[in-house]
Amino acid sequence: MELTIALGIGVLFGSGVWLVLRPRSFQVLTGLLLMSYAVNLFIFVMGGLWVDKPPLTLAEDVDPAAYTDPLPQALVLTAIVIGFATTALYLVLMIGSRGVTGTDHVDGQEPDQ
Amino acid sequence: MSLAWTQHLVLVPVLLPLLCGSLLILLNESRHQLKFYINSASVLALLATALGLMWQIDANPEPGSMSVYLAANWSAPFGIALVADRLAALMLLLTAVMAACALLYSMLGWSRIGVHFHSLFQYLLMGLNGAFLTHDLFNLFVFFEVMLAASYGLVLHGYNLNRIRAGMQFIAINLVASLLFLIGVALLYAATGTLNMADLAGRAMDLAGPELNLLQLGAAVLAMAFLIKSAMWPLGFWLPTTYSAASPPVAVMFVLMTKVGVYAILRLWLLVFSSDAGEAAGFGFTALMWGGIATIVFGAAGMLASEVQGKLAGYGAIISSGTLLTAIGYGQSALIAPALFYLLSSTLAVAAFMLLIELIDRSRNPVQALLSVTMEAFGIEESPEQPVGKSIPAGFAFLGVAFALSGLIIAGLPPLSGFIAKFSLFHAVLNPGGNTELSLAGVVLIAVIVASGLAATLALMQFGARTFWASGSTTVRLRISEVIPIAALLSLCILMTTHASPLFAYIERVSDDLHQPGRYIERVLGQPVVPGVLGEEYP
Repeated sequence: MELTIALGIGVLFGSGVWLVLRPRSFQVLTGLLLMSYAVNLFIFVMGGLWVDKPPLTLAEDVDPAAYTDPLPQALVLTAIVIGFATTALYLVLMIGSRGVTGTDHVDGQEPDQ
Repeated sequence: MSLAWTQHLVLVPVLLPLLCGSLLILLNESRHQLKFYINSASVLALLATALGLMWQIDANPEPGSMSVYLAANWSAPFGIALVADRLAALMLLLTAVMAACALLYSMLGWSRIGVHFHSLFQYLLMGLNGAFLTHDLFNLFVFFEVMLAASYGLVLHGYNLNRIRAGMQFIAINLVASLLFLIGVALLYAATGTLNMADLAGRAMDLAGPELNLLQLGAAVLAMAFLIKSAMWPLGFWLPTTYSAASPPVAVMFVLMTKVGVYAILRLWLLVFSSDAGEAAGFGFTALMWGGIATIVFGAAGMLASEVQGKLAGYGAIISSGTLLTAIGYGQSALIAPALFYLLSSTLAVAAFMLLIELIDRSRNPVQALLSVTMEAFGIEESPEQPVGKSIPAGFAFLGVAFALSGLIIAGLPPLSGFIAKFSLFHAVLNPGGNTELSLAGVVLIAVIVASGLAATLALMQFGARTFWASGSTTVRLRISEVIPIAALLSLCILMTTHASPLFAYIERVSDDLHQPGRYIERVLGQPVVPGVLGEEYP
């Protein structure tokens, strides 16, 4: 399981980095999204990988080892929301830039041929 | 039982801008005056709060005095703690002063060329203040995002082609930096199981082996995020373009944003990797030091090469960041106090310079086309470039004097505060105390800082000669609301020169607090919770 998740995160992040380095703004945006997915998974995994363990309980006198760490889950939730909002903002700017400059190149102009 | 109201003061710098910014959204864009007054009332209240906090903390003569606020009454490592110590109070004060100047400058022109300037301004202040106060790494991330989201809006304020181009790069780079921030925080959590900075520092002392490696890896990735903000070479190529594209009042606030990165590094590194941190001690200081030196060289070269005035100021900010990082990375406690003095002086001077550049530009080219896309789109008809306020006499003379003063401070020439900062820095490097001898790094540091001063002098002299001696026009119309902020920023620098002694005494106390992480950890983690409503004491 560890290997699968590690590979998954790696592939997502790697694809994201490649896309961010591309010249078209839509590719950059997609790259940022992929990278943020990878990071969210990464945070989630940092709490340790557990199968079939609930994150919270109200009962006292319990063995903490039987429960998974709830904090990374809370962090992921926050990170998703923030990442989503800032990426949406970038999308708006991208559309604005397309409208004003007439090109979707990240520099706002086509490179000289 | 509840806390005394003075203890709630720590929350004001975060809550007030949040409420005020939200209130300003509701007001119609056409009510410029009202919006401006509400915004300035909030900024003045923040100024008063910062002074109050500073006085309250410093009135306690014991070293390491601070005000710890446990959000929702959760004791320290579990909930989020807001900590106002001497350093945080100083940064809050600097933020409020800069905000007041930027706001006054924008009163008649810049705040009117787009929408929601005042709300975004308040949210930016909220993010900045929160980042200075919070003591939880993830909460720091949240405040960074608040600050960045507002800055994305502000960099595009007065939507034109230049700003869109700069904004595209600025936002993409900062989004990636935020992801790095998250990776760093996650790794630190994996290594220590905590996000509270004091708790993290306490646990880092006992780490060894693979967990220590994980901690160092996390800290290094986190530092990348901070160093992108503070524009360390080679992570700072975005800065000059963005600063010269942003409108001047926004650029002033951005000068402060580079200092947030430096602040975070200073706080975290002196706490977690201090000399009594066991095996983790001293991690990364060398990289900071040489990275800082590379940054200074890059900034100095950029200053000499830049043709556009806006970029000149941007490279000035890069030199300032580089000097600070070098001083922190040098790893000698005596350097921190001069570095903080330098931070205050250079931030104020670069900010004044940012504002001056626009006025100088106007003297060169009075019929400047400033129309932005938003003005057309939102049908804002007023043309802000026509001076509506009273213009002051001898405007050109004022520009010349102000330019000379800010140039002296940026280049670090006597007699002003820039010189005092650099002189005390060299003094600390040359007198390491004890039996330690001056190292090669110390010699390089002094040489590079002196050379960067020379480069700055040359670049500024060239610019000044072209502007003030070679230009035909000698008249310029300046508004009072544009002159006062520049005069205020420069007077503060002059005040820092004449009253350097009490300021240095305060900064020495700041530096002393920063170098006692043990006392710090004890104080934050030992903060008692308020007893519950039922009168029972929670553990």
